[in-house]
Parts: sequence; C-alpha cells; structure tokens
Amino acid sequence: MTVQELPGAGASHRSTQPPAWSPRTDAAPLLPDPEPYRVLGTEAADRLDPELMRRCYAELVRGRRYNAQATALTKQGRLAVYPSTVGQEACEIAAALVLEEQDWLFPSYRDTLAAVARGLDPVQALTLLRGDWHTGYDPREHRIAPLSTPLATQLPHAVGLAHAARLRGDDVVALAMVGDGGTSEGDFHEALNFAAVWQAPVVFLVQNNGFAISVPLAKQTAAPTLAHKAVGYGMPGRLVDGNDVAAMHEVLSEAVRRARAGGGPTLIEAVTYRMEAHTNADDATRYRGDAEVEAWKAHDPVDLLERELTARGIIDEAAIRAVRDDAEAMAAALREGMNADPVVDPTDLFAHVYAEQTDRLREQAAMLRAELEAEGRE
Amino acid sequence: MAQALTRAMRDAMAEDPTVHVMGEDVGTLGGVFRITDGLAKEFGEERCTDTPLAEAGILGAAVGMAMYGLRPVVEMQFDAFAYPAFEQLISHVAKMRNRTRGAMPLPITIRVPYGGGIGGVEHHCDSSEAYYVATPGLHVVTPATVEDAYGLLRASIASDDPVVFLEPKRLYWSKADWRPEAPAAVPGIGKALVRRTGTSATLITYGPSLPVCLEAAEAAREEGWDLEVVDLRSLVPFDEDTVVESVRRTGRAVVVHEAGGFGGPGAEIAARVTERCFHHLEAPVLRVTGFDIPYPPPMLEKHHLPGVDRILDTVARLQWEN
Repeated sequence: MTVQELPGAGASHRSTQPPAWSPRTDAAPLLPDPEPYRVLGTEAADRLDPELMRRCYAELVRGRRYNAQATALTKQGRLAVYPSTVGQEACEIAAALVLEEQDWLFPSYRDTLAAVARGLDPVQALTLLRGDWHTGYDPREHRIAPLSTPLATQLPHAVGLAHAARLRGDDVVALAMVGDGGTSEGDFHEALNFAAVWQAPVVFLVQNNGFAISVPLAKQTAAPTLAHKAVGYGMPGRLVDGNDVAAMHEVLSEAVRRARAGGGPTLIEAVTYRMEAHTNADDATRYRGDAEVEAWKAHDPVDLLERELTARGIIDEAAIRAVRDDAEAMAAALREGMNADPVVDPTDLFAHVYAEQTDRLREQAAMLRAELEAEGRE
Repeated sequence: MAQALTRAMRDAMAEDPTVHVMGEDVGTLGGVFRITDGLAKEFGEERCTDTPLAEAGILGAAVGMAMYGLRPVVEMQFDAFAYPAFEQLISHVAKMRNRTRGAMPLPITIRVPYGGGIGGVEHHCDSSEAYYVATPGLHVVTPATVEDAYGLLRASIASDDPVVFLEPKRLYWSKADWRPEAPAAVPGIGKALVRRTGTSATLITYGPSLPVCLEAAEAAREEGWDLEVVDLRSLVPFDEDTVVESVRRTGRAVVVHEAGGFGGPGAEIAARVTERCFHHLEAPVLRVTGFDIPYPPPMLEKHHLPGVDRILDTVARLQWEN
C-alpha cells in the first residue's frame, strides 16, 4: 500500500494549512568564516597599532615566563598542580587586555594567566593551586570571578552578572573563558541560550586547545567548528587563530564593543594548541605524537608576533632584551612570593560557611581549637 | 499559604529594588501554582522574569546576578525539576562565600515546591530535603503554617546566605483553619517552635507532616497519650535546643517526615537527640518516614506517606513494658 492508497489520503486531510512559519533570525550573518581569522603574516598586519603590539609582546613574553615559572614551582612542590597555558598565551593576554576596568573576567581553572595579565598579583592568582585557600583574592575588587574548576559552570554566572549590570544601567561587559571540552557541558548550552535570549553583554571565549585532558576534539563534537554552535543560539560565531595575538585582540575587541553597545553576546572559538600536558599529573605522550606538537611549535604565539614586529621595525634587539628582563624580574618576584610558606589559619575552616556561624559549626570549631591546644601542649 | 508566599515576595520586592524573582512560567502565568501571581504585572518583567526552561541556567544566572548585588528569588517549579541545577547549587551557590573567604556571599532564595499528597505523577512529588541538608553552606527551611510561609520567606529573602526554601505543595491551599495552639511568632531562620505542648512524648516534624502530627496528637488523647509536637521550620540550622528541651521533658521522641528514612533528616535528628538526651530517654528515638522507595504513583501514595495511624502505632511502641 502506498501513501496515496492509504484511507483518508488525498485532499481531505489537507483541508487546513499549517500556520505560516518563517525563521526568526537570518542565520547567514551569524556563521563563522571557514578559516580562522589571522592578522600576523597577512596584509591586515599593515594596520597594526605599534603601541598596542609592543604591550601585547611584553605581556606574551611575561606570560610565557609565568607559565615556565609556575610549572617549575609544581616540580618544587610549591604548587599542588598547574594547568599550563604554554602555546595559549595569546588567548589569555588578549582576553585580559580587551576589558575595561569595570568589566568582569570569568576564568576557568586554566586561566590564571589571564587573571594575572588583568593585574592580579601572581601569588594571589595561584592560591587555589598552591592549596592555602580556594580563592586568593576579592573577586569584586579585581572584577575577576573565582577560577572555576567545574567545567563551564562559570558561564551562566557571567550571563547573570552582565544581565544584572545592564538592568542597573551600568556599562559592564563580562568575558567568560572555557575550553573545548567545556563546550560539551550542559551549562555551556544553557549559558549561551540565556545570553542570547536576554541579549546580555557577554563574550564567550572558547580556547580550543585540541584536547580535553586526553580526548581530542573529534571525539568531543561533531560540529563543523565550535564557533558554529553560536548559530543555534542566535548569536554570531567567530573563528580566530588563537596563536595570533593581533587577531585575538581585534576579534575580542569587536565582540566586547558589540556587547557594550547593546548588540548582545558573541561566541569566539580560538584555535590554539596546548603545548604541554593538561597538568603536571598528565602524560601527553599517551594521546598525541611528537610530529603534531612540533608542527604547532612552528606556529608559536610569541615567535609569530616577535617576527612580525621585528620585520616591521616595531621592536628591536634592545626592546626584546628589556621585555625579557622584565619577565625575569616578574618570575623572580613570583618565586620569592611562592617560596614563603603560606600562613594558614585553621579557624578559617568555620569562618566563612555562613554569615553567622551555626551552633553546629561553633561546636566543631571548639573541638578543633581543643585539638590544636592539645597539640600545642605536646 | 499560597497567598502568604505571594505576599512575602511582593512585600520584599516593594521594599528592596534588588529583589528579583525568576524562573520558568513565573511571569505571565504567575507560576504553575500561581505563587508569583501578579508580580510581573506589578514590578515588570525585569523584576519577575520568565526564563528559558533550564534549571542550571536559571540558578547559574542567579549566581551572577547575586555576584553583582541583586537578591534573586528562584522558583524551581517542582522538586524533581531542581536536580539539573544541583551542580550550580552545590559547587557554587553553597560554596561561594567560603571560596572567597566571605568576600562574595550569595543571597539567593531557591523556592522548591516539594513533597507529595497532591496526586501528582512521578517527578512531581519528591521529598528532596536530604540532598540539601547534606550540603554545607545552604540554609534549608520549610514552613508548615500560613504565618510561617510569609515570615520564613521574608527572612530567607533578607538572608545574606543562600536559602533552599521548601514549600510543602499539599499545604499551598491550606487556610489558617488548623490553628496551632502555640503562638505563631514570625520566626527567623533556625528557630523551631513547640506547636502543641504535651507530656507523654515529642513528635519532631516539619513542613507537610506537621498537620498530620497535630492530628495524630489529637487522636492520641483517646489512647491516653499527651503528645508534644515540635515544628522544626528550619532544617539547617537545626534548632537542637528547642528539640532537646522538649524531649528531656517528655522522655520519648518520634521523628516524622515524608522523605525516605535511610539517610533522611530524621536519622540525623534521632542521632542528635540520642546524644544529648540519652539519660532522659525512656525509649529509643523512633522514626516515621516515607518508605525507602522512589515516590509512588498517585493511586499508591497514601500507603507511602506517613499518616495518623502509622504515627500512633509508632507512639505505641514507645511504651516499654519493662
């Protein structure tokens, strides 16, 4: 029996037409370009702002040195763990530099460098990873949310904060950072959906560094690119070379400008590569080959910028040396700060659970005090 | 009770422009139980917001709003619909004050209609309080009377800490027709109240089980038992002193709640009462709880929910012959 032969088939059951339907948004302008946007090494580099690029270069070199120092501190046992951003410094630096003072940064656990580049004291930024307290700074003072360890859960916070600021009439943009693995989480989806529906002034920056610990992007998503996901929520998606700090700065700035002007959120996928293991606890040789790592080494964010700026006469040997000296000084200060044993106060355990301590916690605090006193007597 | 809850939000919003109500269907519809009825009309959609249907997103956005100085009141629509928001609740809402050493408290009220007895189909009748009370950093309160619905919700919205506000669904339509014998002072968070004084034993309960306990106490008079009934009102903090005083006076205690017994709040309460009242107790602390089963279908729920008979049978077991 064919469909035409089915009882009731034909004109009768089509006597009514479905209500007229049309897409609510034209998808085409939201789609990312097929190739990641690049500036360095292209004609677009002719319009580089020398002042800005010198700053970016200095921050990149500092960032590289910061990464090296933090990794060294894990080997000395001064940090419990450090998720390196070697290779991703352009993303971290650009994210910090595009924000105004009143704006907010929502970093993931990997984004300590972005927090430092935004002006946070490196020792405070590393408190979580050193283990003396979860957040070593006042988020309101720096407008940097606590480093978020659960994946993508900080993204809805960024949306809520940006939404609240707009309700209050304040000029505030929130920039939220997440990795490629984090885009698989439900909170990523919900945050993007809320942001688009509310037209919240938020910029979502996905650092696609190739791997979620060991799982490659191909096993993470079947989307053409992560930037394509934007279309489903009704916001523009941008694909950018995450190792090209000039491109990162330009694309992020444009998204921040758009958000500030009331144009709503943007999803940016920065295509980059994690040169080191997920953390010092991970063995990257188990899931990727040397050839791949070597290929990315040739596309190093610091080298890319250094070559371009040198060729254009924006920096010279002396400037490079000055920048490196400055980075060394930063590393020395960080070493000194981290080599001092942190003072941990056991009473902190009970101090910040509730505004007012409960009887239960008072009882437990007294128990701990007695234990400490007994230890002191021994 | 429904009107008292609405009124509490309305008054809080009128007094404090930072109070924002948000959730699925809370705006135009006024909530599926109409608890937010009229708020969007009176305060605008920016203060009473219909959100996309996503509990983690709702609570996660509320976290960001609270970070910026607002006081969000979030509706979770039904007990079992709140579970997608658990990661936000446990990893961020409950911990933000602690993570930031007090720099960033989150004054969020999370309203969760909970419990059974309304003939709801599955995923609409869970008693989820054990999950919440096991999470440090949250306050957990549940009103059982119309006065407390108003007073506790006002106190929750005013609190600088996150509060899980459990609304007993089957009491939504209760009027003040079962007047408690004890005076109904507007409580702060963390204060239990003796709803009925007695001498033979103490029933310790909260939320939807309070009316059942009061009814059982009346029925017990015929058996010669004069039961005291303590309404906890707040599970975290737990007002141990009020409970302990009562049990020391009566010498016997039964904890009553709808949630399953194993790992339920009653287990904790019984343990604490035993620790502090051991020498005053004439019998072990017993519990009357829901069975340790997934919430049953509507036609079977009456067998699951602790009722007057089960309470009386348990009270009878407190009488040791030797």
